Amino acid sequence: MKARSATSFILPSDKLNSLIHSLQQAGYQVVGPVIVDQAIIYDQIKSADDLPQGWTDEQEAGRYRLKRRQDAAYFGFNVGPNSWKKYLQLPRRQVWQAHKTADGIEIEPVNAAITPLAFLGVRSCELHAIAIQDRVFLSGEYHNEDYKQRRQSIFTVAVNCTQAAATCFCTSMNTGPAVSLPCDLEITEIINDNEHYFLLRSGSEKGQLILQQLPVTPATSAHQQQEKTAINQAEKQMSVGPRVFDSSDLQALLYRNYENPLWSDIAQRCLSCANCTMVCPTCFCSSVEDTTDLSGDHAERWEQWDSCFTADFSYIHGGSVRPDTRSRYRQWMTHKLATWHEQFNTSGCVGCGRCIAWCPVGIDITEEIVRFQESDTP
Amino acid sequence: MIPDIFYVKRRTEEYPGTFTLHIKKKDDQPQTSFQPGQFNMLYAFGAGEVPISMSGAPHSTSVYIHTIRTVGLTTQALERLREGDQLGVRGPFGRGWPVEKTTGKTIVIIAGGLGLAPLRPLIYHLLSKNRDATDIHIFYGAKSQPEMLYSDELKNWAQQLTLQTSVDMATPGWQGNVGAVTSLLTTAKIDPENTIAFICGPEVMMRFAIQELIKKNLPRTSIYLSMERNMKCATGHCGHCQWGPTFICKDGPVFCYEEIHDWFHRTEV
Repeated sequence: MKARSATSFILPSDKLNSLIHSLQQAGYQVVGPVIVDQAIIYDQIKSADDLPQGWTDEQEAGRYRLKRRQDAAYFGFNVGPNSWKKYLQLPRRQVWQAHKTADGIEIEPVNAAITPLAFLGVRSCELHAIAIQDRVFLSGEYHNEDYKQRRQSIFTVAVNCTQAAATCFCTSMNTGPAVSLPCDLEITEIINDNEHYFLLRSGSEKGQLILQQLPVTPATSAHQQQEKTAINQAEKQMSVGPRVFDSSDLQALLYRNYENPLWSDIAQRCLSCANCTMVCPTCFCSSVEDTTDLSGDHAERWEQWDSCFTADFSYIHGGSVRPDTRSRYRQWMTHKLATWHEQFNTSGCVGCGRCIAWCPVGIDITEEIVRFQESDTP
Repeated sequence: MIPDIFYVKRRTEEYPGTFTLHIKKKDDQPQTSFQPGQFNMLYAFGAGEVPISMSGAPHSTSVYIHTIRTVGLTTQALERLREGDQLGVRGPFGRGWPVEKTTGKTIVIIAGGLGLAPLRPLIYHLLSKNRDATDIHIFYGAKSQPEMLYSDELKNWAQQLTLQTSVDMATPGWQGNVGAVTSLLTTAKIDPENTIAFICGPEVMMRFAIQELIKKNLPRTSIYLSMERNMKCATGHCGHCQWGPTFICKDGPVFCYEEIHDWFHRTEV
């Protein structure tokens, strides 16, 4: 856990709206967790009433259920099927439009108006996921301009996790549960027998400006001790397993085991449905679609999320380079945990557990890692 | 990244189903220079965009030349383009052949089928350097004689450098070699100390070509090859062209065999 040097403040839980309203006043559209179709997803928040207060998520391999809590916690759950990437790398967007003219053809960019967003309730693993996508889209020779503009305009309110879902394994990937990357505001929700409050701390100038407007009081060392205890609880939950493993050598492990028959075993269970790539907060692959209208004089190019689990993904004349589920699952997992290091100098996995919960057949990446480790002969 | 508008200055048919477009930027504006081995993304209005390697002379950028085989909807749309018709172009992209490493070396170029197209800018570059003809050896294999690219040029090259050709299937009048292009290599004399090899063609052909070169003790660091994968963005963002740890679009398409030999002999990567 990083040193907590910034001054902490206390915001009573019934004043949470003041934070949301201050962000709105500052020109942000606030997006955060809401319940839709019996899952906690991210969507627009008008007030604290929109938050999933008193709900938690119960997760296991291939299983996700909402459940009532015994208390009135606002952030008493972990992560759902959405990640913040849907606001930074849009699931579908128009890139350009083209027209036939008397003179030939012309192509013009489509620049969507970008609303500054405030992300309310970003988990530490999700901050890490955003940082990983930054490396994909903003490092190197070419930048993704649409991503860059959206990314630059966000405000992040990060939440320390005080509980872990059964599918969480951020401690194995060194990304949480305590907020361990910069954010604009960091909050921790504390609920005791007779009190319910948030600890707040700013992490940027933007965050400081918002914090100044809130009805806060300085936190005491007792408050900070409570925060520490609460975050430790999440760490403890994860440390008892079963999803604890040593992630230090995964790159070499998977390179050594590229031809391991275990891939065929996984392929017998995997449906190649692409769910894991859609819920993954770091998966960045996209495809483009070129269309015309009926006249044939107007064309559009759209970019949309794509997945390495589809047959089209690796298609070149003559067929798909990865023709079966075995090669596609191997690509996904080897990319996430091994080749990602060579490409972007980081793992592509943050330990959020989404791919485990949302796999329809309950394939568990941590369980598969351990199986590779057990069958490995270095 | 928005494509620039180009128009077809000249169109030639290599053989049925394979054609060459000479394209110029709209209003004849200056075009970016390129490295042999790089590629452009060509956009056919409303149909799609495909990566096509540069086939023209790198020192003359008044026109880009692309040789294209019709294999899908986008290349079909490109095939329908006639002189004066317009298309979108993004590029040039990727890492090309390491021309700076050719100085003082004997050059071995091995091309299979359409694989000659990305090698032609390199050949132009080498010929423009007034090199000793005996220093350049081209081994070119095609399905049959009618399916050889740049047939007039091949005759010219044969006067200036050492050209050996082979076909999979002899057609009437063919008096040359029959068999895989790699069979020509078995008898070739290669000085492993002073040779650099450039290969482009179907992966299976490149595998056998590399096997022959390694047998002749050519070090892995002296072998370069050009790879092909599905590409959408050409800027390393869409993920399609991943090949092991590399993105073909930005880390390739040309690779030194030394860098990728572990991945090259694995299938379904």
